[in-house]
Amino acid sequence: MNEAAATVGARYRGWLARPRPAVLTALRRSLRQVRDRYRHSLQVRVVSATLVLSAVVLSVLGYILMQHLVARTYTTMVQTSQAIAEAGLGTAQFRATTEGGLVDLSQTPANSISTASSKDMRLLAQDLRSTGGTPYAVLVAPLPQYQAADFSGGDGVDFAGIPKLPAAMTKEMTAEWLDRVDVALFPRQEWASMAVGASLRPVPGLLIGAPFGGGYALYYFFPLAAAQRTIASIQQSLLVAGIAVVFLLAAIAWLVTRWVVVPVRLAVHGAKRLSAGELNQRMEVRGSDELAALANSFNEMAASLQDKLQELEELSQVQRQFVSDVSHELRTPLTTIKIASDVLYASRNELDQAAARSAELMQSQLERFESLLTDLLEISRYDANAATLDAEPVDVCTIVLQSADIAQHMAERRGTKIEFRLPAMPCVAEVDRRRVERILRNLLLNAVEHGEDKDTVVTVATDSAAVAVSVRDFGVGLKPGEEQLVFDRFWRADPARARTSGGTGLGLAIALEDARLHGGWLEAWGEPRQGSVFRLTLPRTVGGELHGSPLPLNPLPLSTGEDGIDAGVLMGAVVADRADDGASGPALPDPAVGAAAAGHEGESSGAASPGAVPSGAGPAASEVAARG
Amino acid sequence: MKGRVLVVDDDAALAEMLGIVLRGEGFEPTFVADGDRAMEVFRDSKPDLVLLDLMLPGMDGIDVCRQIRAESGVPIVMLTAKSDTVDVVLGLESGADDYIVKPFQSKVLIARVRARLRRTDDPAPETLAIGDVTIDVAGHSVQRAGEPLNLTPLEFDLLVALARKPRQVFTREVLLEQVWGYRHAADTRLVNVHVQRLRAKIEKDPERPEIVVTVRGVGYKAGPG
Repeated sequence: MNEAAATVGARYRGWLARPRPAVLTALRRSLRQVRDRYRHSLQVRVVSATLVLSAVVLSVLGYILMQHLVARTYTTMVQTSQAIAEAGLGTAQFRATTEGGLVDLSQTPANSISTASSKDMRLLAQDLRSTGGTPYAVLVAPLPQYQAADFSGGDGVDFAGIPKLPAAMTKEMTAEWLDRVDVALFPRQEWASMAVGASLRPVPGLLIGAPFGGGYALYYFFPLAAAQRTIASIQQSLLVAGIAVVFLLAAIAWLVTRWVVVPVRLAVHGAKRLSAGELNQRMEVRGSDELAALANSFNEMAASLQDKLQELEELSQVQRQFVSDVSHELRTPLTTIKIASDVLYASRNELDQAAARSAELMQSQLERFESLLTDLLEISRYDANAATLDAEPVDVCTIVLQSADIAQHMAERRGTKIEFRLPAMPCVAEVDRRRVERILRNLLLNAVEHGEDKDTVVTVATDSAAVAVSVRDFGVGLKPGEEQLVFDRFWRADPARARTSGGTGLGLAIALEDARLHGGWLEAWGEPRQGSVFRLTLPRTVGGELHGSPLPLNPLPLSTGEDGIDAGVLMGAVVADRADDGASGPALPDPAVGAAAAGHEGESSGAASPGAVPSGAGPAASEVAARG
Repeated sequence: MKGRVLVVDDDAALAEMLGIVLRGEGFEPTFVADGDRAMEVFRDSKPDLVLLDLMLPGMDGIDVCRQIRAESGVPIVMLTAKSDTVDVVLGLESGADDYIVKPFQSKVLIARVRARLRRTDDPAPETLAIGDVTIDVAGHSVQRAGEPLNLTPLEFDLLVALARKPRQVFTREVLLEQVWGYRHAADTRLVNVHVQRLRAKIEKDPERPEIVVTVRGVGYKAGPG
């Protein structure tokens, strides 16, 4: 059934799809609107169903009623007519048999029949005339065998009982009666429609004829008009009443469904507001029926949600407070230990070998411990939703260069270099500088560390909505599936791999959260032995949505890239095998002036080899290289 | 270089450790362990620099900072376990010149202390003017229409650095290097907050600055826009 309907529907739609004039388009639109209203409103459906069903029922009932009525009316009419005819016939019979009544035609010579009886016939007809009540016409005529050749009704006819009948009709009607009914055989009655002359409307009625007396016939004609009028008026009344009833029923249905629909609508409204965050929404409860049960359940649900959310809020608050307290509590003793370790380390040459080595180990492991602690606290801040974004407009290229300092040193030590491909114009975006630096520092260190002695390429590009930085290395790359895993906490690609930069294992996880906090993306691509790409995409304005990135993630030109945007920049080949150690970067103690990395909390700092590393030249040189 | 350093910290072990390090670098440390006694010890010891922990028993570190700042322009370096911007800004706004987050390396601390204590005396008398503010560089004083404005040494240095080259835009990194003496990338929030503090003191309407003007996306400059 549904399939048939669907086929019909499809064909209909196909037919409709052909180009049509504007009128039909408007029609279609209004039909569609009607259909939509039907679908979306319970009330409309109930009311239309009521309308249709009650119309059908009432039509059927009305039809049956009318049939019954018509039958009864006609039966009654026939009975009345027969009664009158009987009575008349009795009177006529009596007249015929009394002296001086009607001449006995069978005894009268043929040539004097018409004159002999006409006056009597007329008198009889007048006596039998309708006196109000039921209108009819009466005709008294001689039987055919006694009629003269030109007999056309004679005088024995009386139409006074039927008012409004045009005089011209009367003669012709009587002629027809006489033609139709041969009463010589037996009394007849039949429905006849006296249609006489082209200009006159037919007058339907009941014709009753019977012989009586000495060679006479008596005809009664009962017109139907009155009965028909009665029936017609009843029909009209029934119709009007029926239509009124149908609409009243529909109105009642509408009112009654309102009873149900209004609370449902309130519930919908309340639920919408609830899901939008207004947890105070409650429904009014009236009575104790199903609707009241609905309202009650709704209220319970809302209250429960509100409580749970409150609990979670409080829990989150407690956790945040805990994180903050732990942070503080741990740091002070850690500072003391660190400084003590620094002091011992500074004078390790005066210690014996075991103690000196211990001092070195303590120093390096304390750095690792500190960076791990910092990273943990940072991650837990994200977990407790306590991280805030300090965005300001900055030139991303500047941040890129600034965050490359430590990676540059490492690259120099390995004999590789970092190549910067920056656009000529500034790439300004509203970002949290500290976090972006942290991300980039991490990515660059990873790239250099896993670059397997090949260069690293950093590309920056921007479009109207986003700015992207991609870091390409040509190391061992990533196996399929590792692009997701690499951002997991403490994930390592190759557990046997020795740590050279002492990462904490949380660097990329924190970088990912940092990117997400901006509403941006941090994605990885890699292929075994082809190296890998880490691409950071950030919206240029706070709150902007990202729909694409100005740089491609997959650098290989022939493979199906992940996005089709081609910045037209060739990615170099950098090798890396991607372990987790996406560490945040070693903190290099800068003897000259405070190195920011070590001193600032919130930047995940790992431990480098604690020897002093020359600073200063790096950023400036790379800046020249990039812009030049 | 003068070397009296007041260490305000309630953690005895850390204070002692700092003392060892400071002495090792040739400074003279004094100690106080609670906020209530901090002002008293400050007045008595007249340090050249104050290392101030923010979480103190008694009077809060922020209040101590304000009190010290009300009396003197001595460099104040905050030591804090909290690095959230809100806390940092609060500390800087209440008068600190710099902050270090625990845990820190002693080398870093010493470097910063030295940077703060390093003040070169300008030999040549120099007068600068920006808007209606006049700056006597050698005399370390700033005036507007004859009324002196009270700036801390760091704020003064910041103003002078900008005023020496009016209408030249300085990035935050450059300011950190010239004014704070940090050649390596430090937290640029320092610059932001100090600019705010400076504006609060010398601008007629800090919301619409005319003397220290922001150049969006780049940095700051001195002079009417």
